[in-house]
Amino acid sequence: MVYFLSNLVNGITLGSVYAMIALGYSMVYGIAKMLNFAHGDVIMVGAYVCFCAVQYWNLPPAAAVLVSMIVSTLLGVLIEGLAYRPLRQATSLAVLITAIGVSYLLQNLALLIWGATPVIFSSVVPDFKVRLLGGDLIITSAAIFTVLAAVAVMIALTLFVSRSRTGKAMRAVSEDRGAAELMGISVNRTISVTFAIGSALAAVAGVLLCSTYPTLTPTTGSLPGIKAFTAAVFGGIGSIPGAMLGGLLLGLIEIFGRSYISSELGDAIVFAVLIIVLLVRPTGLLGKPIREKV
Amino acid sequence: MKRNSKFVSNLITYGIVIAAWLICSFWMGNGMSSSLKAMLVPICCYVVLAISLNLTVGISGELSLGHAGFMAIGAFTGAILSTWIIAAFPEMNKDLVLTLAVVGGGVTTMIAGALIGIPVLRLRGDYLAIVTLAFGEIIRNILNMFYFSLDGSRLFGSFGNPNIPGKMIYNGAMGIKGVKMLAHFNAGVLLILFALAVVLNLINSRSGRAIMATRDNRIAAESVGINITKYKMMAFVTSAALAGMAGALYANNFYSIQSSKFNVDTSIQILVFVVMGGIGNMRGTVIATTLLYLLPELLRDFSQYRMLIYAIMLILVMVLGNNPLLRNLWMNINPFRKPLKRRAKADE
Repeated sequence: MVYFLSNLVNGITLGSVYAMIALGYSMVYGIAKMLNFAHGDVIMVGAYVCFCAVQYWNLPPAAAVLVSMIVSTLLGVLIEGLAYRPLRQATSLAVLITAIGVSYLLQNLALLIWGATPVIFSSVVPDFKVRLLGGDLIITSAAIFTVLAAVAVMIALTLFVSRSRTGKAMRAVSEDRGAAELMGISVNRTISVTFAIGSALAAVAGVLLCSTYPTLTPTTGSLPGIKAFTAAVFGGIGSIPGAMLGGLLLGLIEIFGRSYISSELGDAIVFAVLIIVLLVRPTGLLGKPIREKV
Repeated sequence: MKRNSKFVSNLITYGIVIAAWLICSFWMGNGMSSSLKAMLVPICCYVVLAISLNLTVGISGELSLGHAGFMAIGAFTGAILSTWIIAAFPEMNKDLVLTLAVVGGGVTTMIAGALIGIPVLRLRGDYLAIVTLAFGEIIRNILNMFYFSLDGSRLFGSFGNPNIPGKMIYNGAMGIKGVKMLAHFNAGVLLILFALAVVLNLINSRSGRAIMATRDNRIAAESVGINITKYKMMAFVTSAALAGMAGALYANNFYSIQSSKFNVDTSIQILVFVVMGGIGNMRGTVIATTLLYLLPELLRDFSQYRMLIYAIMLILVMVLGNNPLLRNLWMNINPFRKPLKRRAKADE
C-alpha cells in the first residue's frame, strides 16, 4: 500500500513536470502549427542557468528561477525569430528539420559551455519532508512545490488565454491565421509571445525537474521533451487542460510501468502509449477532431 | 528523351561510385594511411544508410527519425548470424558468410520495417516523425533485453533471461563481442551499388512515380486511384531493408558493438547527410555522406565540434534554401539549372 502510494506521489510529481513542458509544446503547436523540437533543450538551458545563478552568482533561489525564466524567454524568442520565422511559408518537413537542428545546436553549445560531466543540481525549493502513514510515506518539498507550481501555471494560463487581449489574438491565430491577419492581428508578434510563454514555462519545468532528479547534463532535456510531446498529444494538442491531463497520466504511466512491469522498458512503455494514442484517437483525449480540406 | 536523360544521370551516379572504388583500391596498395583505411567500410555503410533514408525522406516525403533503429536490428542480426555460421560451418567461404549475414540482416529488418510501417504510415507529418523516433528508442530498449549464446555450434537465444548455456556472444545492453570482422571495402562498394540500383530503379518505375505522386499531393493521388498505403509501405520497407543490410555490414566491421551506438544522434547524423546531399537527390547524398564523414575525422581537433557544425549546417541549409530571394539568385547563376517550366497561375 505504501509502495503504491509513494509511486502515486512520484507519478503525480513527474506528471506535473511533463504537464508544464507539454503546455509549451501544445501552445506552440496550436498557434504556430509546428513541432518545436528544441523545446526540451530550452528546459536544459533553463536548469543550467538556474544552477549557475545559485552556484556562481550566489543569488537567492527565487531570483535564480526568475533569471532562468528571463534567459529562457529571450532564448525562445530568439530561436523563433532567427530560425523559424524565415520558414513561415516553407514545408513542414523543412521546419521540422530546422527544429531538430536548433535542438542539436543548443545541446552542443551547452556541451561546450558546461561540459559533458553531469553537474549536481542543488534544489531551489526549501528542503523539508512531509511524513504520512506513520512516517512510511515520505513526500518531499520538491514534489509539493512541483504540483503547486503546475496547478498555478495552468490556472494562470487558462485565464490569460481566455480573458486577455493577447490570449484572444492567440486563439484567433490558432483558429485561422489568414483571417486573423486580415483582422489586424500581428501574427508574428502573437507567435513570438507564444514562444516566450512556452519557454518561460520550460525554464520553470527544468528547475523543478532537476529539483527532483538532480543530475544535469546537456542531454537532460531531450527525453523529457519528447515525453512531454507525447503528453501533449495524449491530452489533445492545442488544449491547455489536455496538456495537463496528458502530462499527469503519462507521469503516472511511466512511474507505475517502471515499478510494476519493467524498469528497463520504462521509456518503451511511454512511447508505446504515444503510438497507441495516435492510432486509436489521434486528436487526443480532449482534442477537437480536425477536418481535412481539399 | 526524358527517359534517356534519366538513364544517363543514373549512369553518372554509378560511375562516380565505381571511380571512387578504383581510386581507393589503387590508393590502398600505395600508402593510404591506416586511419583512412579503417574508415572505408563505415563510409560505405553510411552511404547506404543515407541513400535508404533519402528514399523515405526525399522520395516518399516522410521524415523518419528512427533510422538508426533499423540499422541496429540489421547490425545485431548480421553479427550474430556471422558468428554463428563461422562456429557451425568453419570451412565456409568468408565472403559467403558475409553475404548471408548481410542478407539475413536485411530480411529481419524488412520484417521489422513492415511491422512498424503498418501503424506508423497511418500517421502524417510531425506525428510520423515523432513516432519513428519513438520506435527507434523502443527498438533499442528491446534489443537490450535479448541474450544470445553459442554452445559449440548451437545458438541459444532468450528474451530477458541471461541464464542460457554456452558462451555468451550477445549480452543485452553490453552488446555483441567477438565478431569476426569479415567486412571489407569491396563488399561495401558492392552494397552501395546494390542500394543505388534498387533505389534508382524504384524511383524510375511506375511504383516510384506513384510514391512521388503520393508525396506531392496525397488527396490528388488517392483520387486517381493510387493505393497510398501500399506505395508508402513499399518505400518504407525497402528503406528499412537497405538500412538493415548496411547495419549488418557495419557490425561485421568491428570486434564489438553496443546498442547505445544506434541512438537518436546516429539517426540525426544520417538525416544531416541526406539534407546536405539534397533531399531526393541520390548522387548528392553519396557525395555529401563521403565528404561529411571524412571531414571531421580528418580534422582531428575539430571532432568535438562535429555535432555543433552539423546542427548549424542543418539550420542554414533550411533557412537559406527556403529564402525566396536566394533561391531565385541561385536559379539564375546555377550553370546546371533545369529549364523552368511555366507555371499555371492557380499554382501560386
